[in-house]
Amino acid sequence: MKRTPNRTKRQSRLARPRAASPAGAAPPAVNSKPAFVLRPAQRGDVVAVAALDERVTALPKPTHWLELYERQKKVGQPAGMFLVATTSDAAARFLGFIVGEIRAWEFGSAPCGWVYALSVDPDSRLLGVGEALLESIAREFRKAGVSKMRTMVARDNRLPMLFFRGAGMMAGPYIQLEKDLG
Amino acid sequence: MKLQIASHLAIVSVLELAAHPDRQLTVAEIGAKHGVSTHHLAKVMHVLGRAGLVRSVRGAGGGYQFCGSARRTTLLDVIELFEALGPRGLDAGGPGQDTAEAAALEIVLREIDDSVRATLGSITIATMLRLVERDLAERRPARRTAASRLHG
Repeated sequence: MKRTPNRTKRQSRLARPRAASPAGAAPPAVNSKPAFVLRPAQRGDVVAVAALDERVTALPKPTHWLELYERQKKVGQPAGMFLVATTSDAAARFLGFIVGEIRAWEFGSAPCGWVYALSVDPDSRLLGVGEALLESIAREFRKAGVSKMRTMVARDNRLPMLFFRGAGMMAGPYIQLEKDLG
Repeated sequence: MKLQIASHLAIVSVLELAAHPDRQLTVAEIGAKHGVSTHHLAKVMHVLGRAGLVRSVRGAGGGYQFCGSARRTTLLDVIELFEALGPRGLDAGGPGQDTAEAAALEIVLREIDDSVRATLGSITIATMLRLVERDLAERRPARRTAASRLHG
């Protein structure tokens, strides 16, 4: 059997987080998680979508998001295919978004729902925003008559990989192939 | 891909314990369910204990208890306690290592390794427990149907 290469480091990551208060002490005041709502994206949301995407990916592409929004409107995708999440208070702070679409017979695949993009404000994670967005678009896909949902994740992008796996998504029957064109 | 026996035992043991974090299981109980020797299982538990994934509880009703984070611990974390999942290419310095054929084979083997690590590194114990639950739920109607046929 192989010995643990770095016991302290491994233990710290794998161990269950310790309780904040000592045993027997009164539990700390619980910070209530901000409630949030989901709604179809509007044109005015595209700026916030682009800003969040740029913050997460460090790649600004505002034109892309605007074109994507316009294209979804043009082809008549249901409004639930481009959703945003905001806090439910008056401030309606932007928390995240999801974009999906039904694609049919692409690469010979029967119609299925593609999750094209999903992003949550890094400061607002662990609130269930991502899960709610994914569940909502899954309902849209079912309403549209498809029974399969797909997405694509860079294999070394740990956080989204863990998220989609945690949501029950498994490797599908297609393998993405590519080639450097020099 | 084939896991070493110790890795396999470690994963099923962690799943058994993580499914019931409030109670302890003995190696005899886990061994009986999975048909493995308690001697082998005890060695596995020792390694899991050193890694902070399980702890032993002494006394009556004692046994092992899961004390890791099910949402942070991946299958890769558990497996790498027992075996190396690094590049499985040809042995360095072996015959034919500098040939174009060996280099081409290395590219393919690396692709397989990357895929294996990505899969095992993205599935947590919590995700595995959901898969176990789903499997059990799918088996239940079949068992009920079989039972109703027998008794109906």
